Amino acid sequence: MNKYMIYLNGKRCIGCHGCEVHCKANKNLPVGPYLCEIDHSVMVKVKSVPKTEFSFRSCYHCEDPFCLAICPTGAIVKRADGIVYIDQEKCIGCMACAGSCPWTIPQLNPETKKAIKCDYCMDRVDAGLNPACVTKCTTHALKFVELRPL
Amino acid sequence: MKKSVYSICGMCTVRCPIRVETENNRVTWIEGNQHLLGGALCAKGSAGPALVADKERPGQPLIRDGARGSGRWKKVSWETALDYIAEKLKKIKAEHGAESVVLSTRGGPWQDFFKSFIHAFGSPNYTNHDSTCGRNTHHASLSVYGVGRKDYAYDIKNAKHLILFGRNMFSSLRIAENLQTLDMLDNGGRLTYVDVRQTITGLKSTRFLQVRPGTDYALALSMIHEVIKQKTYDKDFLDRYVTGFDELCTFIEPYTPAWAAKECGVREQAIKNFVAEIKEEMPKVIFHPGWNLSRYKDSFYASRALHILNVLMGNIEQKGGLLIPKGPGDCGKKGIQAINIAKPDIKRADGVGWKYKHFDKGPGLAHLFFNAMETEDPYPIKAWIAMRHDPFSCMPDPKKQEQHFDKLDLLVSVDTHYSEFGWYSDVILPECTYLERDSPICVQKGPKPRLAVRRKAVDPETDTKPAWQIFKSLADRLDMKDFFPYATMEEYWKWQLEPTGYTIKDFDDKGFVSLADNPVLFDPLQLDGKFKTPSGKIELISKKLTDAGLPSLKEYISPIKPPRGMFRLVYGRTAVHSHGHTTNNPLLNELMPKNSLWINIKSAERLGIAHGDLVDVVAEDESYCGTIHANVVEYIHPEAVFTLHGFGKEIPLQTRSFHAGISDQKLMINKLDDWDPAGGGINLCEAFVVVRRSVKNPQRRIEL
Repeated sequence: MNKYMIYLNGKRCIGCHGCEVHCKANKNLPVGPYLCEIDHSVMVKVKSVPKTEFSFRSCYHCEDPFCLAICPTGAIVKRADGIVYIDQEKCIGCMACAGSCPWTIPQLNPETKKAIKCDYCMDRVDAGLNPACVTKCTTHALKFVELRPL
Repeated sequence: MKKSVYSICGMCTVRCPIRVETENNRVTWIEGNQHLLGGALCAKGSAGPALVADKERPGQPLIRDGARGSGRWKKVSWETALDYIAEKLKKIKAEHGAESVVLSTRGGPWQDFFKSFIHAFGSPNYTNHDSTCGRNTHHASLSVYGVGRKDYAYDIKNAKHLILFGRNMFSSLRIAENLQTLDMLDNGGRLTYVDVRQTITGLKSTRFLQVRPGTDYALALSMIHEVIKQKTYDKDFLDRYVTGFDELCTFIEPYTPAWAAKECGVREQAIKNFVAEIKEEMPKVIFHPGWNLSRYKDSFYASRALHILNVLMGNIEQKGGLLIPKGPGDCGKKGIQAINIAKPDIKRADGVGWKYKHFDKGPGLAHLFFNAMETEDPYPIKAWIAMRHDPFSCMPDPKKQEQHFDKLDLLVSVDTHYSEFGWYSDVILPECTYLERDSPICVQKGPKPRLAVRRKAVDPETDTKPAWQIFKSLADRLDMKDFFPYATMEEYWKWQLEPTGYTIKDFDDKGFVSLADNPVLFDPLQLDGKFKTPSGKIELISKKLTDAGLPSLKEYISPIKPPRGMFRLVYGRTAVHSHGHTTNNPLLNELMPKNSLWINIKSAERLGIAHGDLVDVVAEDESYCGTIHANVVEYIHPEAVFTLHGFGKEIPLQTRSFHAGISDQKLMINKLDDWDPAGGGINLCEAFVVVRRSVKNPQRRIEL
């Protein structure tokens, strides 16, 4: 079972897109790929104030990832704690993973020509830290939470 | 080698505290200071390393090698560039006097340094960008309290109700203030938001009042009216500290909620309900007096009305109200030293201090130098040094400005990037980025005051220098050896800290030195002496304004409606850019490469404009036209169109932002003279534009 998830407190999110840049800066990504994204719904009036809902999406780290099954080189790995990551050494950039993913989450890094996706910043997680997007969220709206069985 | 250093962000002028990790002279991580912001940082903050790596910045000094604005440059050494400037300045000084040189910067904690430079040179003409930003708010504060707009801190976290008039704080992003506001909302506090359109800030509000553009003053007056009618004021506070309440009561009589409802286009009951709410919540009610209120003809008076509402709440030095920022002295500590060379006893060329006595003499008013350039009254202006200030982006009508600046013999731009003014200037001196430079120690006043410092995280890889070194090198060439007698910033820090007993090592642990363990609060019943007006009281009728022949309580005049087929142009900002400073930053440009034109759904329908269509936005005299995509929205007043400031730049070396989007200030034709004689700010929202569906929208597919 997945151990982690990133939770967005929509009440505190101000749609500043900080998380997207925190992620890109940490992963040293060039212009092009985004490993997480903030989106918002169309405004509707709630008690005479136009409101919108913000949503955050990175990778769902599926229980049974299609991307892992289709990867021809075994570059995609699911760790015991549920984190799904792409081994950059083994990846050949064929992007089969992106095609198999229902949300086209894996993206091509135009500099390295390899597939990349959110890995919850596992190097940081392993060092006892939070993912970059959570650590630096402008309003502390993002939380890195540990899931526990009920 | 891995290093970690605490510093101060420089992506915008909020200057949030940061911690920077580096490895082999490369930034690997930046986060908000954990001790102050819990790590929080915005998109701009994380895009700092992209600024450092950006090759589309000047990497060495440039001297113009063609007509002004032609974009032809000669790359030169620092020696050549500085010698060139020094020689020109010496000649100008000999022929026209030192006072014919103006130095402009941006506001902030390091102004003394630049002010001292121009004073040491012999000119009183230091100025900054604030006449296109917070001057109206600042002067409004001075007229009411005798102290400036930054002489109050807002205890938002402990407030029960925050009222924002167009203060789009979740796009302007002062992170510490944003966290306070969200905490307040989490604790059940209320947020009333007033604007001509719905914004990110308005989304978080508990009450949204969409007003007709230019009617903020009317709404604020009606709030005062209802507050007084419902006796929602602190009588003891008024008796103790305030003069002019009776005059206010008489003046406010006609400005009823029913009248304002009609004028502003809001519901009367909404105003009444609002006042009923704050009656229960006062004094923990904060009316934010505005930030960039250089907008409408009466913005100064709108800000005064908001200050007056705070006075009526009696919220000064109350938890959840306006707190007087404390300095080292209030904590029983000695302050730091900073160079501060006195202003020469010469009249300012902008008229501030002698022609206009009610304005703050500190930075004066930048736009009033143009008159002196033209008339040579009180004396000619011959050189302008713009330090990080971009007059062409800040002020309206850059083409008109070019005409004025053409009267000058020397234009110098000191900046980390090409500014529009820099592109027109004679010499560009490239400053290294905030991650590559040390800056003087500064005092951050507040309920818990601190000493803070910006420290270099990496060495510059281009031939760029920190501002202090640039100005010191220039001073040395101008025989101003006493201006900054320190060889290094470490030496200066040491001198700065001498009286305090601290050393620069004390900043290593947290990036700052805290001067108080707990918030320092004054006794709200002992505030005498805290108001620096002529009478020592809070003056609802300001003696300074009266002496200047200006009313303190100005009759409301309804703003004119845009002529048929035109719209009032309203500008603002987004959380992902610091105006024109960041539009060419690779990471931020990727997020938002250009601006759009917000237009009301009904107005758009009348003009046959669909969401996403290209529209031409045309200046009143048709001398500037830009084409951008229409953002057709429901929640913007039909009289207004809105766009983000900082786009439509015309610097070919900035390939990403070159001609991307439109420039609001270029649409403000002949608006350089449209300024507020009471508040000093330029009225930046008094321009009308024509909007039409562009012929550039694809009609048929012709090409292969």
